[in-house]
Amino acid sequence: MDLSLLSALNEERAARGATILVTDMASGEQRLVLKRSDFSADPLHDELVRRFRSGKSGMIETDAGNMFLTVSVPPPRLVIIGAVHISQALAPMAEIAGFDVTIIDPRTAFATEERFPKETLIAEWPEDVLKDAPLDAFTAVAAVTHDPKIDDLPLQEALKAGCFYVGALGSRKTHAKRVERFLEAGIPQADIDRIDAPIGLDIGAASPAEIAVAVLGKVIAALRKEPETA
Amino acid sequence: MTHDIQSSATDVLATAEEWRRSGRQVALATVVETWGSAPRPTGSHLVIDEDGNFEGSVSGGCVEGAVVSEAIDVIETGKPTTLEFGVADETAWRVGLSCGGRISVYVEPIS
Repeated sequence: MDLSLLSALNEERAARGATILVTDMASGEQRLVLKRSDFSADPLHDELVRRFRSGKSGMIETDAGNMFLTVSVPPPRLVIIGAVHISQALAPMAEIAGFDVTIIDPRTAFATEERFPKETLIAEWPEDVLKDAPLDAFTAVAAVTHDPKIDDLPLQEALKAGCFYVGALGSRKTHAKRVERFLEAGIPQADIDRIDAPIGLDIGAASPAEIAVAVLGKVIAALRKEPETA
Repeated sequence: MTHDIQSSATDVLATAEEWRRSGRQVALATVVETWGSAPRPTGSHLVIDEDGNFEGSVSGGCVEGAVVSEAIDVIETGKPTTLEFGVADETAWRVGLSCGGRISVYVEPIS
């Protein structure tokens, strides 16, 4: 591998970008595909899309011979807006499932180190936190405060950043009001439709911990499953 | 909130770049295929320098020694090669995988 190619690969990984290094096993020739670049004309396009989704490296047979795809995707993140009871169950479960978890809540009465491990907790306004640590396509956002003052902005940011999952707690009525606010704010309907609300899998979850299971299930489905075609 | 991927486990690709930039001769080994039970998944890396120092893993320690010596050859010749290890292999008695699986490892120089 060329050092310049390795540098480009590492630089992209450090910026939480996803990459696929394509190696021609016969000739040793290599090229780097960045997920954020336009690779629609690539002869391996469909395979690349599948690999970016699965995150799995592997050998493929093509008309041009065997190619090895080295897939690098950043570890998935879950950003939870709201240091509430649901989050107390959701955060540890998501960590066990392999997510980097961050909980954001400016209300210091909720965001206490007694309730949450301090390494995952940020007691600040989401807009201040997201300035320093922007959302990306390998991040899921679950907003669970019930308070539009806290939830709305990070939800909108999540839609803009193309987060792979965006969920918001609240009844259908609450969500209908949210949709109105978002339309007024100029968020496209197609983006708004991506919000998972009412939040989580429909498993009849009743307790905060059960709701956390429902949310995590939906997050994992969004990460691992092919998008459903309408 | 620093969720830097480099700060988690040893980052073999970052190590490979760092070693090369510091003037060392470096080869990168990658698990490209596995059959049956294999200790490290496809895509796992091992980085090796010309003195046989290495970082990362391509197996649970079963074949690293053989990969390192092959990697030193790759560094000398500058030509990539693909190595196969497994119980069916005749070298199995020396460097086979005790788990009974087979793996294929691509070794390339960082030029």
